[in-house]
Amino acid sequence: MHTLDPRALRPDFPILERRVNDRPLVYLDSAASSQKPRQVVEAMVDYYYHHHANVHRGAHTLAVEATELYEGARSRLARFLNAPGPEGVVFTRNTTEALNLIVASWGGANLGEGDEVVVSVAEHHANLVPWHFLTRRLGVRVRAVPLTPDYRLDLDALEAAIGERTRVVSTFHMSNVLGTINPLRRIADLAHAVDAVMIVDGAQGAPHLPVDVQAFDCDFYAVSGHKMLGPTGVGGLWARPEILESMPPFLGGGEMIRKVALEDSSYAGIPARFEAGTPPVAEAVGLAAAIDYLEAVGMDAVAAHDAALARYALERLEGIEGLTLYGPRGGDRGGIVTFNLEGIHPHDVASALDAEGIAIRSGHHCAQPLGATLGAGATARASFYLYTTEEEIDRLTEALVKTRDFFKAFA
Amino acid sequence: MNTFLESLYKDVILEHYRRPHHRGRLERASHTHEGVNPSCGDELTLYLRVEDGVIRDVAFEGEGCAISQASASLMTDALAGASVERAAALSRAFKDMIQGEPPAEELGDLALLQGISKLHARVKCATLAWTTLDAALAAGERTAVAD
Repeated sequence: MHTLDPRALRPDFPILERRVNDRPLVYLDSAASSQKPRQVVEAMVDYYYHHHANVHRGAHTLAVEATELYEGARSRLARFLNAPGPEGVVFTRNTTEALNLIVASWGGANLGEGDEVVVSVAEHHANLVPWHFLTRRLGVRVRAVPLTPDYRLDLDALEAAIGERTRVVSTFHMSNVLGTINPLRRIADLAHAVDAVMIVDGAQGAPHLPVDVQAFDCDFYAVSGHKMLGPTGVGGLWARPEILESMPPFLGGGEMIRKVALEDSSYAGIPARFEAGTPPVAEAVGLAAAIDYLEAVGMDAVAAHDAALARYALERLEGIEGLTLYGPRGGDRGGIVTFNLEGIHPHDVASALDAEGIAIRSGHHCAQPLGATLGAGATARASFYLYTTEEEIDRLTEALVKTRDFFKAFA
Repeated sequence: MNTFLESLYKDVILEHYRRPHHRGRLERASHTHEGVNPSCGDELTLYLRVEDGVIRDVAFEGEGCAISQASASLMTDALAGASVERAAALSRAFKDMIQGEPPAEELGDLALLQGISKLHARVKCATLAWTTLDAALAAGERTAVAD
């Protein structure tokens, strides 16, 4: 097991030297988007200064270099997910687009009236709303499985929900609100027992946990670059190649075709069939640099650091009178801590913390159905990453006590 | 707590948050409109009873932060008894202030929320009640659902 020292990594992240409202920035919103190390930004600058051209077309030197860098990024992402090869990796804008691709292409071709998609109540909107399109268009039904009282997926309820109409089980690797980590292999086994496909929303999983799509035995795994030290505008979908091969195109245009006549066209093989138009080449190069950075630190070390910070934060925040915590206890959770201060709306908490230079997220975290389940429509969320220190959690704790006392004067 | 926060969360604003005015449902409302702030999930339902172009009664229900709730409470104080034209003028003046203009005199206590103009993340909280008012007036009269 590697360990990591956030203080040794922080100099790679220039933004962490910023001051906000006259105080050193404490950035606790990495679950929304991570900060970027110099290595990622410099890789993108180097690409634009020395190698840029359009990919997969033209015989000139720059076009060849750009294509090699872009395809190299695909191979790196495949290796990072422990995919058997790069042909199952499609670059998308983000996890949301990857999930929409699955729903529109695979779902549109394979689902019909009364077919069921099993999800949990804790899904991000990106794993609910695209399915609702198919509900309207095709009569597909979404069935949501509850959580246990300790905020873990209720596996008995999941087993009961999966039946002969189940065609899809689609859920998160790590919850973006609760930090809950799903036992993906067990879920995939339950899905495959009824010949359903297993889709994983890896938006929080890929940045924070070791990913092994072969060990998980999932059929799809979707990621966002910007949450894993990479740039915005690039994400990825890994799909089991034999499934991807069977899927119709998602978007039409250049790059994804075999032959085009005025009235009809035929389509390229995988993964090009799913990448219409000029792709985000510089962003893919940046993502590859982010993957190199994460692999050098070690994903087991990242996961252990996140878990240690979560334990520390839960301990500190538990001591604050009037503070309610949401999410599982124990070591099997990610670096996301969600809470509410009694009688103070989370937006007001976030403004008060911002005045202290502390960035957290407040609101429904794009998981409105979960908020309804928790009985807390809006919550405050602090999320950690490899650059987060215990001292920053101490500053959060002190600022929360001050916030509570400031508003308490008016209760 | 620092002075910036104190200038934002003035005593009067927190008073309106803790003990909002005109909170509840209005029987026999002529206008009912639901406003939502999709970025944060705040919701607000505004009820108006307009007779002869004058807002005779006003009420609101909803959930949200101190800024959105205090803003709604202050708005209802300003609207009660006002003509529809004056309500629209106040709405324009309030939004101008939140965009950074000096507060118009007619705003009165509503000018207490001027500090929000420096806090872009909270502009939508402060204006939710007013955009709901605009939408309610634009949608026109509706038969009230009294229960």
